[in-house]
Amino acid sequence: MTVQITETIWLNQDEVCSLQHVAAVSGLSEADVMDLVETGVLSPVSGQTGSGMFYSECIVVARKARRLRDDFDLNADGVALVLNLLRRVDALESELLALRPDPKRNRPAK
Amino acid sequence: MKYVDYYKTLGVERNATEADIKKAYRSLAHKYHPDVSKEPDAESRFKEVAEAYATLKDPEKRAAYDNLGQHRQGDDFVPPHQWQQHFHESSEDFSDVDLSDLLKAFAEAQREGAAHYASRPRHGETFEFTMPITLEQIYEGAETEISVAVPDYDSQGLLHRVPKTFRIRIPRGAADGQRLRLAGKGGQGMNGGPPGDLFVVMRLQPHKYFQVNGNDLTLEVPLAPWEAVLGASVEIPTLGGPVALTIPPGTVAGRKMRLAKRGLPGSGNVQGDLYAVITIEVPTSVNEREKALYTELAAASSGFEPRRQRFAGGQS
Repeated sequence: MTVQITETIWLNQDEVCSLQHVAAVSGLSEADVMDLVETGVLSPVSGQTGSGMFYSECIVVARKARRLRDDFDLNADGVALVLNLLRRVDALESELLALRPDPKRNRPAK
Repeated sequence: MKYVDYYKTLGVERNATEADIKKAYRSLAHKYHPDVSKEPDAESRFKEVAEAYATLKDPEKRAAYDNLGQHRQGDDFVPPHQWQQHFHESSEDFSDVDLSDLLKAFAEAQREGAAHYASRPRHGETFEFTMPITLEQIYEGAETEISVAVPDYDSQGLLHRVPKTFRIRIPRGAADGQRLRLAGKGGQGMNGGPPGDLFVVMRLQPHKYFQVNGNDLTLEVPLAPWEAVLGASVEIPTLGGPVALTIPPGTVAGRKMRLAKRGLPGSGNVQGDLYAVITIEVPTSVNEREKALYTELAAASSGFEPRRQRFAGGQS
């Protein structure tokens, strides 16, 4: 089997991409992406609101939005609501995890 | 080709109505959709459910599927003749064809006519898979190989799952759940259609020693009672290699010691810290001499009464 050496694009908070790119890669329309901006799910790079530039991690959220829309037949409001709630759940879970010591961890098996 | 029992996957009878099928899909999607579910096998379960639903919700695909007859889940089978005619040039080998890809191609070919189907430009499929990564890999950044079965079109527009191996770089400071995009490395397009992408979700594996909290790491460091009392220099593992940690005399269990900049790299020049959390272990069995020495120690330390302060004033 041949091995292909591949350039990867890291989806994070350092690299920036355009509105058109977010739409093309996620499968959403540009209007859908702007809807997500209006409902606070996605935020453009600060200070460049007009330019429509996004951190590449927005692609992850936009793809999730498209999956939720397609898999659950949700409208734009429903998608925004689910994504905002999911974000709150994630924040709460990581807070909980940080607060709760796990006594089973790091113990050698008896 | 492996037979997949879509009715069984959705938990419905073979004569289920469209409404039944939709209802079954909905309740399974609520339970297993990987974006909302916490079930451990959510991703693979939902994939099966979505695949079953994609076929059974579409009357044409469902009829084509029913035409295959009923086989046992996972049984190898060869599609009947009228199917193979659609893909005459490639009909000799169906072994690497996925049933869901075949049904999709079949339904589209019926709708459009086989000749048109074979010549229409088509996008390659974009898909996502999970790659386990280790703390060691994100501490330094690393290269790793991943193998995936990528669907590629043959000349008849039928998808074959082709195994491919990619060598990719795990970025230094990557975090759990972060994704990499391999542009154009998904399924091949056909007749001029663009290829799909591959998304790699990095899933951080639990580490033997370290717990992760953002960029910070926590390490439990067990001490012997005398090390805690007298102080010591103990060797502890860090991701950058072992270091000597100075334990001051009188170190109590639960004490947190911060080793600056020995955590995980973050974005920019951020470097997290390592926290060593002290625990004190006691020998569970002692020999005669140890026992005698502990007894002597107990007598000599009679002034140390750890419960006196805490429980002063009785049980009120």
